[in-house]
Amino acid sequence: MKKLIAILALGVAALGFSTLSLAQDTAASAPAAAEAVAAAPAEAEAAAEPKVDSGDTAWMLTSTLLVILMTIPGLALFYGGLARSKNMLSVLMHVFVIFSLISILWAIYGYSLAFGGDGNFFGNFDKSFLRGVTQETFGPLTTIPEYVFIAFQGTFAAITTALVVGSYAERIKFSAVLVFSVLWFTFAYVPMAHIVWGDGLLAQDGALDFAGGTVVHINAGIAGLVGAFVLGKRIGYGKEAMAPHNLPLTMVGASLLWVGWFGFNAGSAGAADAVAGLAFVNTVLATAAAVLSWIAGEALTKGKASMLGAASGAIAGLVAVTPAAGFVGPMGAIVLGAIAGLVCLWGVTGLKHMLGMDDSFDVFGVHGLGGIVGAILTGVFAAPWLGGAQGDDFAMGAQVWIQIKSVLFTIAWSGVVAFIAYKIADMTVGLRVTEEEEREGLDISSHGETAYSK
Amino acid sequence: MKMVTAIVKPFKLDEVREALSAIGVQGVTVTEVKGFGRQKGHTELYRGAEYVVDFLPKVKIEAAVDDALVERVIEAIETAARTGKIGDGKIFVSTLEQVLRIRTGETGKDAL
Repeated sequence: MKKLIAILALGVAALGFSTLSLAQDTAASAPAAAEAVAAAPAEAEAAAEPKVDSGDTAWMLTSTLLVILMTIPGLALFYGGLARSKNMLSVLMHVFVIFSLISILWAIYGYSLAFGGDGNFFGNFDKSFLRGVTQETFGPLTTIPEYVFIAFQGTFAAITTALVVGSYAERIKFSAVLVFSVLWFTFAYVPMAHIVWGDGLLAQDGALDFAGGTVVHINAGIAGLVGAFVLGKRIGYGKEAMAPHNLPLTMVGASLLWVGWFGFNAGSAGAADAVAGLAFVNTVLATAAAVLSWIAGEALTKGKASMLGAASGAIAGLVAVTPAAGFVGPMGAIVLGAIAGLVCLWGVTGLKHMLGMDDSFDVFGVHGLGGIVGAILTGVFAAPWLGGAQGDDFAMGAQVWIQIKSVLFTIAWSGVVAFIAYKIADMTVGLRVTEEEEREGLDISSHGETAYSK
Repeated sequence: MKMVTAIVKPFKLDEVREALSAIGVQGVTVTEVKGFGRQKGHTELYRGAEYVVDFLPKVKIEAAVDDALVERVIEAIETAARTGKIGDGKIFVSTLEQVLRIRTGETGKDAL
């Protein structure tokens, strides 16, 4: 099975990189008016005079706060509750520290490389250490101060890197988490952000990705899958009980994620306006539909609808609507969510068994697969005759093909970078803890603490 | 002196405790345990990972009693704890070598 996956992975990588030449040849179809945050406003720059709008700025500051809440404690608790109690603190630690680390790196060089300049894959170092950024300057958006844009985008970088935690949890060395995160952030997240949002290759190609289906979810999902592959299974996987130790906390985490996601999606409108309103409504509906379709699928196949299923369904819907939020209509969002719920249910059951890898908390099954479904279906439901926000000259077939190309590209780029990053971490600090340390629990062996003293 | 150990269903604890007080048993020790006899367990499902759980939660009640009281103690626990459904539990009686009250140093029947 592993060999088959390796060959498949190489094939996808080859296909993904070949889409590079295709994308370069394709005449850049004019990006639709409501395209993702960065590109369009930057091109219209010459006409619009940048001026701080307090409504937009207030909303963007709020959105930033919401996304931070998604990571700490939302994601931390969501994952933490799924872990065994002996590893609870290690999971919380991974998320909390990654958030801190990536925030700093974002300010030092991430923002500059992602949004400064217009290379195909990387920006430039002009704004490293935030040089030249003042209270008076503007980034790609013309109605909010550049600092606000930097903060908002920084939270995306942090949560994306933290998402990968869910795949390698309960057996990875803490130092490996740090090494991998720095490398992957630098060589997978930053360029992907540039390629899709910062005037890079896929932006020019006309790919529709409102809030980060590719940049965030497929990116992290693939990195997680590769991590599960490289690290190997947890000791006792498939034989010993590894049930979640605190599903109430997982539900709290999922709820914080859902609420915070309004900042993630509606905030990606970059303004307090009708597009944000559309993204907001879609984020309610797609998620709700996915919750219902997931638990319906569970009830029909296994006989019982579960809380974990409802929480997972919500996340699947949220992931799928992320690329679509500002481009599809509300009814399209409902169908999108319902499909994502069912596909991701299969992703964490049937597909997971087929792949035979230990993705601890199903980062690929939910984020990776949900992102792929959402990205491709965005091309479908953006059609005006399906309630979408695109113009009447919208060509669904062509758009879906552009979406598929962006998906393949992301899979290839993220997969290759993740693999190399894990290998470097392995060669420098080693990836896994020892068997004794894993059995004892990472809380004690890696951090010298117990989550729940008796 | 005998040690009477009873494994009962958790929701029966209060009833058993009251029944023991009514016949003069002054103190008991209660532990939460898990086990199974002929009662089947259940299956838990977490995102496609299935766990068969054989063990069921039970409560263990231990009381040190005088020989003269043993029969009435067994009868009291039996009546209070019985539901008639599978999994009601068991009562074990073992001989107690020695008993001592720590505060006063009393031993034997005076310590019960």
